[in-house]
Amino acid sequence: MDQAALAPERQLDAISVEDAITHLNSEYADEVQLDEREGYGGIIVDSKRLVDIARVIRDDLGFDYLSSATAVDYLGEGDHLEMVYHAYRTTGGGALVFKARTDRDNAVIPSLVSIWRGSDFQEREAWDLMGIRFPGHPNLKRILMWEGFQGHPLRKDWREAYYEEEQKPFDSRWPGGHVHRAEEKNVFGKNVTYPPDIDLGRLMDTSEAAVYQSLGLGVDVERIMDKDGFETDELVVNMGPHHPSTHGVFRMVLTVDGETVTSLEPVMGYLHRNHEKIGERNTYLHNIPFTDRLDYISSMGNNHGYVLAVEQLMSLGRKYNPPTYRCEALRVMMVELSRIVNHLWAIGFWLNDIGAFFTPVLYFVQERERILDFFEAVAGSRMMCNYMRFGGLFGDLPERLKSVSNLANDRVRDYNTMQFLTEMINERIPRTIDDLERLLTQNEILIERSVGVGVLTREDAINYSAAGPLLRGSGVDYDIRRADPYSIYPELDFDVAVENEGDMYARYRVRVSELRESVRILKQILPRLEATAGESIWADGKPGAYAPRVPHGEAYGRVENGKGELGYYVVSAGGRGGSSNPWRYHVRAPSFINLTPMGIMSRGYKVADIVGILGSIDIVLGETDR
Amino acid sequence: MNLQELNQSEFPVPAELENNIAITSLSQLYNWGRRNSMWPMLFGLACCAIEMIATAASRFDFSRFGFEVMRATPRQADLMIVSGTVTKKMVVPIVRLYNQMPEPKYVLAMGACASGGGPFKEGYNVVSGMDKYLPVDVYVPGCPPTPQALLYGMIALQRKIDGQSIANGDDVPWYGVSTAEPTPVPVLGPDIIDPRQMDMIRRQAEAAAVDAPSIGSRELPAATPLVAAKVTVDTTAEADAAPINENALSFVLPTGAAPWAEAEEIREKRRLRALARKALRATRRAAVAEEE
Repeated sequence: MDQAALAPERQLDAISVEDAITHLNSEYADEVQLDEREGYGGIIVDSKRLVDIARVIRDDLGFDYLSSATAVDYLGEGDHLEMVYHAYRTTGGGALVFKARTDRDNAVIPSLVSIWRGSDFQEREAWDLMGIRFPGHPNLKRILMWEGFQGHPLRKDWREAYYEEEQKPFDSRWPGGHVHRAEEKNVFGKNVTYPPDIDLGRLMDTSEAAVYQSLGLGVDVERIMDKDGFETDELVVNMGPHHPSTHGVFRMVLTVDGETVTSLEPVMGYLHRNHEKIGERNTYLHNIPFTDRLDYISSMGNNHGYVLAVEQLMSLGRKYNPPTYRCEALRVMMVELSRIVNHLWAIGFWLNDIGAFFTPVLYFVQERERILDFFEAVAGSRMMCNYMRFGGLFGDLPERLKSVSNLANDRVRDYNTMQFLTEMINERIPRTIDDLERLLTQNEILIERSVGVGVLTREDAINYSAAGPLLRGSGVDYDIRRADPYSIYPELDFDVAVENEGDMYARYRVRVSELRESVRILKQILPRLEATAGESIWADGKPGAYAPRVPHGEAYGRVENGKGELGYYVVSAGGRGGSSNPWRYHVRAPSFINLTPMGIMSRGYKVADIVGILGSIDIVLGETDR
Repeated sequence: MNLQELNQSEFPVPAELENNIAITSLSQLYNWGRRNSMWPMLFGLACCAIEMIATAASRFDFSRFGFEVMRATPRQADLMIVSGTVTKKMVVPIVRLYNQMPEPKYVLAMGACASGGGPFKEGYNVVSGMDKYLPVDVYVPGCPPTPQALLYGMIALQRKIDGQSIANGDDVPWYGVSTAEPTPVPVLGPDIIDPRQMDMIRRQAEAAAVDAPSIGSRELPAATPLVAAKVTVDTTAEADAAPINENALSFVLPTGAAPWAEAEEIREKRRLRALARKALRATRRAAVAEEE
């Protein structure tokens, strides 16, 4: 092939994000405009040419990984709906942000499923919650709410049954303090409203039929029912939402041919508790405890992503002090401890799923309890730590750890904090990991069950926007701590765990390696904490504002959480001075998007493998459904 | 329960047999067995489920208190721990699961969400508390409750069971005269619809069709006085009868040609006795009130 013809392309997929934007803007002057709103970045693409330009972005410019696709309703701020896409290169670097606009009344934006399969669930979510139609989407059904639900709840003019005011704090609570229970004000006493023309006589619950019709991206259910002859019948099997191996209230509908799975459709939304709608009413600070409840296994990591996003926005303003070094070191320590908790939990429950019922978990939970005691002593709560603040932390490490969770059969706990940490990081956790490896890594049963099962190829992993151990288990060397570093990770010495096989065993190996890498990071954090002892965790020595005004703009803060890439897309609108409540608060949840390839990962495997494959993805429903 | 606690009847036991024989009431014996083998359903909803697992794990270990083992099927479970946020989409399967549990069955609302909606109460897909649909026996506050708090709640449930009596038919629904009706399963329409509220929804829709305030409006409904159900029972004969000895209620079927008919008869008698007791209590209360 002609070398000269290839050369410009090779240049294009290595140019910087700014150059890529300039390139697109000059090449497609009619369709691509720069987003010049204050505090915004990226480009606005004419939605008629969106698919073509997305293909250019992926193939020519090399942004092969679509991290997030979400919608924003700019009611009163231009009166349009906007889809926002964040595309990254798997070789590392920043995001190319591109947007497409549509009217609020007849909202249509072409689907990008043909470019990035990873946009599948995210577009369904945008249809469900924002009411944007995506022509070209193979299965555009509601995903979090049920089919038949009235309205699209994330629209700014859609009001929930318990609506009080647009923004908190509500007048009824503060400063007045006249608290009325929401159900007293609702006619039905429950959190419901009905359209005035409701016809109860013809009321049908269509939500179930919709689930089965959408089975396997358009499998004809009739054909399955009509099938006869001597072959094995195809059966539709429903698993969940109440099933011990679905890690919560997750549901899968599978068609099986004998024991072999022919298609699988994840059904979710059983824990959809409206983080995003509530988050838009909350003040910025209010949302921190809510992030704890997303991935409730590793709440410290959730805090971190959110404060990074809001700090990004705050740094646009004048009054902003970045966190001190000690604060960053503490954050990293907490996040890495969370990662250990998360991976121990993930491996333990995956083993449950493939047959080692609860014996390994009991050993891992023991170690987890130790870390939770530390969290409780430092942050005040075992699980929901609510520890990070914008530009700082809730508090520094206490001198001594006094666990409040003393049971009669526990020793009374009172330790020197640094001594406790040193012992835990240098001895206890490595010992647990050694035990884990000794008993499991070469275990014949484990290898038989997991090698070659649930394979996700490298290309699919990228195209389906898989993240975290799922992505790295398929041979993609992509860890945000290295690819797009934040906090003090650039100066820390650690390796990115990668395995090439793409099966369940590879994901297990990635998790074990990450446990070791986390310990390695923690060992480097300890001397940093000792060196900065006495230093303040706040830049100006006093805690940040209770209700900060956040400057106008958008920000996408992302961290490498235990489950994968956790991103927060936060929009601050309102006056020139900024706002005290986010206009849009979107969570790019790794557990949610990692389920997109679940269908192709399970095709052809046995029913008994399905729970194992799900366990190896490692989802948590609080984050999947949000 | 040790032998001393069990042996609480007034019947004297000869001293030399005290270590071998216990005389107790059937209710006590029955409750003793029940409270110490409360099998929870393996059923996690949200964050609280993680703490529930921690409570079941070795450090806290609720098996020590008789919660032995979690069962994945509702048909083998005595206790439903509603561990997390109940969403409108999930309440449908939850009510179904509850209906599938055999009686006697208990519900423990774990955490702020299951008790009253918690931090997510205002959310459009969130049910503000499990008690909007199912009878809840114990509420455990916390977000999430610590394992200690959950254990405390479970022990509180055991105490509640201790106070229940098989003899007293109106004490708990499953010792009553008839089988309990299943809780109607909600329907997912334009919003979740509780079949028990159908009449009210219909009335509101009719009012909206005329021109009255639209459905779901925020005004409080006009205060309607609670009308007590009118019960007419001929209690004279029963109330005049000898005071009821609760322990004397027989559970042994009399032999006869048609045992089931007799069982029906016994059940009918029990029902009448229960009603009589109710009336008796009411008259006693009235008398006390008069004295005061």
